[in-house]
This record gives sequence, structure tokens and C-alpha cells, in this order.
Amino acid sequence: MMLALEMYRSLPRYIAARAVGGRVPGILTGPAAPVRLVNRAEPRTSAPGWARVKPILSGICGSDLGALFGQTSMYFSALVSMPFVPGHEVVGELVDDCEDLPAGTRVVLDPVLSCAARGVERCQSCASGQTNRCDRITVGHVSPGLQTGYCADTGGGWGGQLMAHRSQLHAVPDGLSDERAVLVEPLACAVHTAMRAQVPDGGSVLVSGAGAVGLFATLALRELTPAGRISVVAKHPRQRELARAFGATDVLAPDEVPARVRRATQAFRLTPERSGEFLLGGVDVGIDAVGSKDSLGTTLRVTRAGGRVVLSGMPAAGADLSPVWFRELEVVGAYATQGREAFARALDLAASAPLDGVVGGRYPLYRWREALDHAHSAGRLGTVKVAFDLRSSR
Amino acid sequence: MSRPGFVLEVDDRTPPLVVHDGEGFRLEKFPLGTRVVYSPESQPGLRDVDAAIRHALEQPENSEPLRALLRPGMRLTIAFDDVSLPLPPMKRPDIRQRVVEQVLTMAAEAGVDDVEIIAALALHRRMKPSELQHALGERVYRSFAPDGLLYNHDAEDPDNLEFIGTTDQGEEVEINKRAAQSDLLVYVNINIVPMDGGHKSVPIGLASYRSLRHHHNSKTMVHSRSFMDHKKSAMHHSAWRMGRLLKDHLKIFTIETTLNNDVFPAPYDFLNKREWEWNVRDQATMLAAKRGLAVAPSKLRRKIFQGIQAPYGITGVHAGETEAVHEKTLAKVYSQQAVEVQGQSDVLIMGVPYLCPYNVDAVMNPILATCMGLGYFFNSYRNKPVVRPGGAVILYHPVPYEFSQLHHPSYVDFFEEVLAESTDPATIEQRFEKQYATDPWYIHLYRTSYAYHGVHPFYMWYWAAHAMDHVGDVVWVGADRRAVERMGFRSASTLADALEMVSGTVGRSPSITYTHNPPHLISDVR
Repeated sequence: MMLALEMYRSLPRYIAARAVGGRVPGILTGPAAPVRLVNRAEPRTSAPGWARVKPILSGICGSDLGALFGQTSMYFSALVSMPFVPGHEVVGELVDDCEDLPAGTRVVLDPVLSCAARGVERCQSCASGQTNRCDRITVGHVSPGLQTGYCADTGGGWGGQLMAHRSQLHAVPDGLSDERAVLVEPLACAVHTAMRAQVPDGGSVLVSGAGAVGLFATLALRELTPAGRISVVAKHPRQRELARAFGATDVLAPDEVPARVRRATQAFRLTPERSGEFLLGGVDVGIDAVGSKDSLGTTLRVTRAGGRVVLSGMPAAGADLSPVWFRELEVVGAYATQGREAFARALDLAASAPLDGVVGGRYPLYRWREALDHAHSAGRLGTVKVAFDLRSSR
Repeated sequence: MSRPGFVLEVDDRTPPLVVHDGEGFRLEKFPLGTRVVYSPESQPGLRDVDAAIRHALEQPENSEPLRALLRPGMRLTIAFDDVSLPLPPMKRPDIRQRVVEQVLTMAAEAGVDDVEIIAALALHRRMKPSELQHALGERVYRSFAPDGLLYNHDAEDPDNLEFIGTTDQGEEVEINKRAAQSDLLVYVNINIVPMDGGHKSVPIGLASYRSLRHHHNSKTMVHSRSFMDHKKSAMHHSAWRMGRLLKDHLKIFTIETTLNNDVFPAPYDFLNKREWEWNVRDQATMLAAKRGLAVAPSKLRRKIFQGIQAPYGITGVHAGETEAVHEKTLAKVYSQQAVEVQGQSDVLIMGVPYLCPYNVDAVMNPILATCMGLGYFFNSYRNKPVVRPGGAVILYHPVPYEFSQLHHPSYVDFFEEVLAESTDPATIEQRFEKQYATDPWYIHLYRTSYAYHGVHPFYMWYWAAHAMDHVGDVVWVGADRRAVERMGFRSASTLADALEMVSGTVGRSPSITYTHNPPHLISDVR
């Protein structure tokens, strides 16, 4: 048996989450939480290539909070199996030998449960190495679940043990601390975002949002692309500081975006009736790293004609898509990571980037309410990443 | 020795004094011993202005009469000072109308039919049709504007600019093509302060950014002592060099006019008097105005103030060769505005009113309030500043964190972006000026809407560079704290607090001078 946080199906709690989740987060980490701390059986599977992993640190991702607070689209309801143990940003230790990786190896997890993990014939995407686009994520050895942390069979990072397939595992170099290693998965996503952005030489980029997704995207853009000016939209002082440290050319407050982007790109600015300002001209690439209606709307309105908008945060519904049509924008998603290369780059970034102090809160599982509260208010409190420390939870 | 009555030392019997405070007034009790400098009595205006204009045109300074310069088939261009002058706007008929009408009459009599009239606005906003009509009168407006013969200078129209040449100091001179290619350019000026007129009219009023950047820059502004004395102003030296170069290429006939100090019409005319001379009616009016303004909504207050038109008297009209005319003009202006002040003081106090040359019909934003206080009023001296080097300046103005998007779009960005990085004029000039000057959106708004040019807020900031370089401390009384902090200044609630705040710079018993304007005054510091 192991201690784990479990998310379970509860219609009243789901409705409560949708209704008040964003405004009164305390209710959702309190009595109305669709998550509970339980003692449950450790996950098991006898399929080839699978091994047990004991998580050391497991991060709390924005998508986890989205699911908890009822902000996630019902689109995803067919892609998860309940109840599940959340947590997909994991650094852990192998309990069993796993093909070429001996027991005791420190690993980080590529959470996508693709064809290889499911033991099915590889789909077209997996065959081409784009495992994040796998079409088989509801079949095979394990229950439906797009990722570890959303699947009833595999367990997740917010529990004492999980199961992982060799295709998901990446060994952590000895010199890399656990606090940096737990950031490898979100960094790999950021690397993927940077690649999806296809920034032209010296191109201007707007990163809307300076939570973990936005900050890591900034870092990856600066390190891996020929981007020129990178403008980051940040609300809080610590976010502004980190955005600059991670390579932002300038940092904007949310209400300054149209004016500052206009200035930087020498665009023309228009104010329609009863709607937000927009630009004729603007940045070459916009990255929405928040996923809110406002953030996506702003990003679409300040990207130049023919520019590219990358949805890096899990997107919300309701943004006005007029600019996509009128400005002929290319809107692309950036979900998880594409194969092993992104993880290799993320491991390099984790080793070299100024990431000390980025994991700003570590909580044992039994203090989960505090941890989720902290994660929900992380930006305001000057924290980038909150993580569960599973060593102190066993 | 000071002219009796114009410099007062506050004693026990001195009543509270009026201090202009944006769209309102304060009655302030100054510390005993404060020196108060009042503008001189308003001089009587000319009894027959039209005759004076006629006389100036027929017997000009150092030039043939205007009539002799006019001939059939010639290209005649008339340029005139834009909406930034005078302050407040003049009651109809505006002196520009009176002068232009006479010039046009003479031109018609001489058979000149190729005439164009240009508002010499440099990088200021374009004048609206109603403003053109106010300045030149309905007859001139209706005769020329519909045919496109009365228009605003466009400093960003490459097809209508002409490069004249380079001065011996390497300054490029580029002005309006129509003016440059005319057989005669007549320039009609209103000289409200000694900074205006002379070679500041054509080489600046009809110039492009390419030309203006040679003198409107932080280095020149810091080295101008003061703008009100063209012989000591680096900016004017540059304009004079340009003007002399222009003189070799273009026949210019300058007409300059001077005004008296009748700035406030009834019922605000008590503001033209000194407080101890107020009768019961004046006191009652002041009380009513002060109370009424205090409770009036800001829109109404702005409407009241922006609606004020001054009943100026015209004190002089001079015409002819630019430099000879300007000598006469300056003598007139100084005779109206100069006040002898003995020695510098530790603290200079100034009330900044609701209006400056660049916010006609708009809110006075923080940059303009600074320009008015530390640019215009601080520089209203001859010889040396009223405040000693390293002294303190205390200003009254609410400094609202508010901008007109119509008139001042680049100001908003300048305030939010540039001043957040640095308030040092040289630094911001080097890092940001070119970007703003060449920004196509600002250029578009300058050319097609009623926006000041993108570079204009930089110029306004440079205007204050000399004061910022000279004094040790600047405190605003009653100002929006956020707005003044962004500009690197401090804010106090009361004069007592402000004096307390500057005591670190000037001590606890500083000598204080309060310059009581408007109306305009020039402190002649000995």
C-alpha cells in the first residue's frame, strides 16, 4: 500500500470547481476538493518494458490545477481514466531494472503514454517519432490516459510509487540535483514550444504569461532559437526578474501589451468599438503561455499578419478568432514533447540555466491543501514551481 | 534696484497669495521673508492696431516696404505662428488675422495671385479648421482653405521639404519647399515671451526633424542660459546660424507683434491684480471661483479654463529684416515682462497653470507640467537663474496621470516606457529618440490626425534639462505621487511639507523666491 493523492469522479465537486474554482481556490483545496489523500494499492503491470519508479520530487503543473479547478475542457474527459493519481513532472528512482537502466537509476519521465508504452503497433505519429501526437492513447496494456498522471493504472507523481515504460524514461546525470531534475519535463515542453514557434532570424516574440510555462519557454527561445526581441508579459515582480534572467529583452505588464508591442515593432494601433485594441503589424511570433481567454485574445491581436501563434498553455474557449482570419495567422499547438531530443536538450538546460530557487515550495503529501493553495497563487507569492517531496511522504 | 512694487517681501501684513495650480488656484500663506516677484503692470495697448500694422509694413526695419517687394507673377507665401501661441488664446480678432489681412490686401493690390498660407507648426499638432479660422479670421479662412491654399506645415512630407544647406557648424537646414521656393516669405509672429521670434520663426517653425534635431537636443538645452535670452541660448545660436544661411537663399519679411499682460478676462481679471489691491468684489469673486472650481467635475473645470480667451492689448508691431525686427521686439517684451531681482535664492517656488503651448484643448500631462515648470518658468530669467545652483524648486500642479490619446499618443509611451528606464535627458536621447522620431504610427498620426510628433515628448523633457542639471531638488505640491515619482521627482501635500523635504538640500532657513506668474515675467537676476 502507498500514500497517494487521488483525483476521483464527483459531479457536484466538478460543478463547484467550474463555478467558483478560479475565484475561491480555498474551497477547492478544502472541503470541495475532487482530490483526496488515500492509502491505495501500488500500481502494477506485468507487460514488458515497464518498471516501478519511486518519485522523489513531483511538480504541480498548471494543467493539474486546471483539472482540479474545473477549468479543463470536457474534450479531455475521454482521454483520462478515473480515479487517477496526478503528477507527471517527476524525478524518481527506478525500483526495478528496466531494460538497459538498472534499478536505482535516477530518472525523469516523459509522461506521454504512446504506442510503445501501450504495447500496440505504432501509429503513424509514433512511427515518425512524434509520440506526443499518438493516436492510440486509449487502448493497449493500460487504461485510457493521455499521460502518466491522468491514467488509472500507472499511478502518478503525487503518490509513493508509479509504473513507467522504458520509452518514457530518461536517466538523470549524476551532477544534476533533484530540484533541477524535476524541471526537466516542463523544460522539455518549453523546448518543444520553442521549436514549434519557428522563429525567423532576429524575429520578435511575445510570450504571454510568466508562470513556469512562459518562463521556461522564454529560456528555450533564447537558448535554442535565433529570436531577436523577446517580450514577456509578467504580472509579478519575481516573474519579471526571472523573465529577464531567462533571456527576455523586455517585460510588460498585461495592460501594457498593445502599447509596448506597438512601440517595439512600430506597428499601427487601432481601437475597435467595445473590444480590445489590436495592431496592424506586431510580433512575428506570439506564444500564449497562460491559456486564458484574455491572454490568447491579446496574443492574437498583437501578432503580425502571417505570423505564428503557439498555444503553449492549455487553451481556454471563447477567444475572438477574427485576427486569425483577417491577419492570416498560423495558430499551432505545442503539446508535451516530441521524442527524445527535446528531453536531451532539456537536460542540458536544466544543468546550465539559472534555475536555482525555481522550485520555491516543497511539501509532503499530507500537506497537499497547502501545496495546492501555494501553487495556485505561485506567481503572486514569487514562486515558479511548487513540488511534492515524496521522500518525506513515505 | 528692483522696480518698486514688483518685488515684495512677505511680512505679517501680507495676505495669502494666489498660486496657480493646474485647473485651479490656491491661496498660500508664504513664510515670512519670502521674496515674491510679480509681473510688471500691464502696459497700455496700441490705440489703433491696424494703423500700427500699416505703418510697420510701409516703414519696415532694414528693408524695403512690403509693397515694394510685391509684384505680379511672384510666389508669395505667408507663414504664421501656430496654435501654441498666444497663451491663453487671444480674443477675436487675433493679431495674426489683422496682419495677414493687410498683407493680403497689399498683395492683391500689387497683382500677386500665387499666394499660400502655412501654419508654421514644426512638429506640433496640426491646427484644426476652427483654430485656423480663429487665428486668421473667417474671411481669410474661407478664401484660402477650401482651395488648399491655407494649410498646416507637414514636417514629414518628403515631397514638400527642401534641403537648403549646412551651416558652418554642420547643422542641416531643411524647410518647407513652398516657403523655400517662394519669391517672398512673409512670417507673422506673436511674441509672447522673448524666446519666440527672430530666427526661431522660419528655421524652426517650417523645419523638419532632420533640421530640428541639431538644436532640440539635450546637450544644447543644458547649455542654454536661458531660452529667454537668445544671446546666451545655445538653441538660439543654432537657429541664428540656420536663419543666416536661409537668408542667403530666401527673401524673408518678418512681422513680429508684442502683447501686454492682460491675460485674464472678466470675471477672472482679479488675477491680473496683486492680492492686497483686491477690492471686496475681487475677493468675493476669488472665493466663489475657488469654491466653485473645487466642487466642479474635472471635465467642466477643463472646459471653463480652456474656454478662457485673453483680452490682450497689442503693444508693438515691427516688420522688415528678421534680426532688426527682433531687436525692437525684444526691447518691447522686456519692457513689459522684465523685473529686476537682486541675487539668487535657495528655493524657487512656482505655480504651474492649466495651460502650456502644447496642451491647447487637452489635459496638461505630467511631461508638459514639467516642461512648463522646469522648462518655461524656470528659464524665465536673464543673467542667471532665480535659484542658486544646487538649490530647490517647489512647483504647484496636480500633475494628473492622464494623457490625451488624440494629441499626445507618443507621450503616453514615453512616460510608460522611456521614463521607466531613465530620466536622464542624454541617456534617453541616445537610447530612444530615434525610435520615436521615426515610428511610422506616430508619423501617421502627426500627419493625418491631431497628434504631436513622436519625438515631441523628448523635446519637452530636454526643455527641463537645464533646470534638472542646475537644481538639487524638485518637489511638487499636491501632485499625483505616482506621476511625479516616474519622473524622478517627489511630491508633498503642503508647502510646509515641501520645505521640510528640501531642507536636506537647502537647510531649515532657506531664502525663498516665489515668482507670481502668469502673466509672464522675466526675472532679471543681478
